[in-house]
Amino acid sequence: MRSLNKTPTDSLSSARIRSIQYSVFSLGIMNGVKINLKVSNPERFPIKPGKVDFRNRNYNRLSDLVFPNFTLFFALLMVAILAAMLIILSIDAWPSVLKIGFSFFVNRTWDPVKEIFGALPAIYGTILSAFIGLIIAIPISLGAAIFLVELAPGWLRGPASFLIEMLAAIPSVIIGLWGIFVLVPVIRSPFESWLQNNLGFIPLFQGPRYGSGFLAAGIILAIMIIPIITAVSRDALKAVPNQQREAMLALGATRWETITRSVLPYCRSGLVGAVILGLGRAVGETMAVTMVIGNGYKLTASLFSPGTTIASKIAGEFAEAATPVSVGSLIELALILFTITLLVNVIAQLFVWRMSKVKESRD
Amino acid sequence: MKERSHFRRSLINRVMLGLTGGATAVAVIILGLILGYTVIHGLAYINLDFFTNTIKPVGETGGGMRNEIIGTLILVSIGSLIAVPIGLMTGIFLSEFGSRRTAMIIRFAADILAGVPSIVVGVFAYAIIVRPLHSYSAISASVALAIIMIPVVARTAEESLRLVPNSQREAALALGITRWRSVMSVVVPGAMTGIVTGVMLAVARIAGETAPLIFTALGNAFGFNGLTKPIGALPLQIYQYALSPYKDQQQQAWAGAFLLVMLILVISILVRWLTTKRRI
Repeated sequence: MRSLNKTPTDSLSSARIRSIQYSVFSLGIMNGVKINLKVSNPERFPIKPGKVDFRNRNYNRLSDLVFPNFTLFFALLMVAILAAMLIILSIDAWPSVLKIGFSFFVNRTWDPVKEIFGALPAIYGTILSAFIGLIIAIPISLGAAIFLVELAPGWLRGPASFLIEMLAAIPSVIIGLWGIFVLVPVIRSPFESWLQNNLGFIPLFQGPRYGSGFLAAGIILAIMIIPIITAVSRDALKAVPNQQREAMLALGATRWETITRSVLPYCRSGLVGAVILGLGRAVGETMAVTMVIGNGYKLTASLFSPGTTIASKIAGEFAEAATPVSVGSLIELALILFTITLLVNVIAQLFVWRMSKVKESRD
Repeated sequence: MKERSHFRRSLINRVMLGLTGGATAVAVIILGLILGYTVIHGLAYINLDFFTNTIKPVGETGGGMRNEIIGTLILVSIGSLIAVPIGLMTGIFLSEFGSRRTAMIIRFAADILAGVPSIVVGVFAYAIIVRPLHSYSAISASVALAIIMIPVVARTAEESLRLVPNSQREAALALGITRWRSVMSVVVPGAMTGIVTGVMLAVARIAGETAPLIFTALGNAFGFNGLTKPIGALPLQIYQYALSPYKDQQQQAWAGAFLLVMLILVISILVRWLTTKRRI
C-alpha cells in the first residue's frame, strides 16, 4: 500500500483500488476469514486528499482522512491541557521560587505582610491528615471489598456496591457541612475526651480539644476515600481466578484462611494500587478538609490541634493574596500538590495495570 | 489439642468474616448519616423563597439562592458544552482510531488528568483566564469545570464504544459507507446509553465542585451579568454559609445542600437504572 502511495495515480485508478479493497473486505466476511484490513490507520489509505475526485460518489473518502485526525486533535488537546498545567504553574511559581528558595520547605511561618513564606506546616498537615485517613479507611474498605466479592449474597452485592459508590458522588462541600455540624461536635466531646482520658500519655492525644483539627480532617478524608479504595480493590479481588480459592478450600482451609493466604496475595499489586489511589485522592481533597481542619498553622504532635493542608491553604488564601510573591508562593504550593498527586497517580496506575495484565493473561 | 485448634480456626474465621460485613455496614451507615442529616435539615429549611428570592444581607431573615441556582446551571451548561465534544471525540479516538501506543499514552493522560486535585485546576484556570482578563468570571469557572469533566466523559465514552460489537462496524463498512459515517451513525448511536451515562456522571461531579470556583467564579450576590463577570454558584454559597456564625445562613446552607444532594441522587439513580437496563 505504501508503494501505491508513491506511484502517480489519477483519480480513476485510485477509485479502482478502493473498490478492490472493498471487495476483498466483503469477501473476507463472507468466507468467515478474518482479513485484517486496518481501515483505522489513516496511513493505509492510498489516496492523498488533493487527488480525490469530488464528482466521484465516494468522494467522502476525504472525511476518512480528516475524521481520525480530527478526533486525534481533541485527544491531544487533553494531553496539551496537562502539559500546559505543568508549564504555566511552573512559570507562575517562579517569582516565589527565586525569592524564597529552599527555605519554602523548611520555614514554619506564613506571613504575607513580612513576606515570609514557609510551607512546612501545610506539608506536614497534608501528610498527617492523609495518613490518619488511610489508617482509618484501609481496614474498612478492604473489609467491605472482601465482603462484597467473597461473601455477599447476590441480591446484596449490587445495592451495597452502589451505596458505597454513592458516597463518592456526594460533593465534598456537603460532607464538609456535615462534618462541621455533626461530626466535629461528636469528635470533641465523647471521642477526643475519651482518647485523652485513656491514652493521654501519648503526645498524639495531648493538648486542648477543639474538635476541628487533624483528627477531624483525617476522619473526613477516610470517609471520602473509602469508596475509591473499595471499588478498586473490589475489582482486584474479582480478578482472582476461582481455582485459587477452590484449591485452598480443598486443602481444608477456612474461608478466612483462603482469603488471607490465597486471594489477597494473588491480587496484592491491585490492592496496593487501590490504596495509593486513595492516598492521591486524600492529598488533593480540598473543601471538606478546609471546613473541618480549623485553619491553624503550626507544627505539633497533637492530633487535636487545628492545622492546615496544602489544598486548604490555597483555598483559604488565594482570593486574598495581593502581592506577586504571595500569589506566586500559593501557586508554588499548587505546583507541589500537582507534582505529588501526579507521582502518586502514576505509581498507582502502574500497580493497577500490573494487576489488569494478570487478569488479561488469565483470559 | 487438635479439636481446640480447629475450634480456634473456625472462630477466627467467623469473627473476621463478620468484621468484613461490619466494615461494609460502616460504609453504608456513614452514607446514611450524611444523607439523613442533609435531608432532615434541608427539608426543614427549604421553601419556595429559597428558589425565588435572592440572598439577604446579614440580619435580615429569609431570602433564597435563586441567583446561585441559576449560576450553577449556567456554569454546568457551559462546562458541558466545552467538555462533551472534546471528551466524546477523545473517546472515539481511543476506541476506534488510536494505535495501541498512542491510545495508551492518551488513556494514561486522561487518568492522570482525572486525578489532578480540583483546586489545582482552579489555580490553573485563574492563571490562564482570570489574570489576563483582570476579572473573576463565569467563563473561567466553566473552563475549570470542563477540564475536570473531560477525562470522565472521555473514559466512559471509550468504554461504552468498545462494547459495541465489531460485527456492527464490519456490517456498516460492508455496505460501502465510509469509516467516519459508520462511526457517527452506527457505532456512536449503539453506545449512546453509555455515553449519556458518562456525561450524566460527569455533570453530577462538577455540579457539586466548589474548590475550583473559589477564585474563578468568586460569587456574585446580584445574579448573572455576563460571562466575563463574577457569578454565584450553589456549592460556593453553601461553603460560605457553612462557615458563617449566623443561624439563618447556616440553615440556608443546609437547604442548598439538600437541593444539591437531591440533584446528585436523582442523577445517580437514573444512571444506575440506565446501566442495569442495558445489561438485561
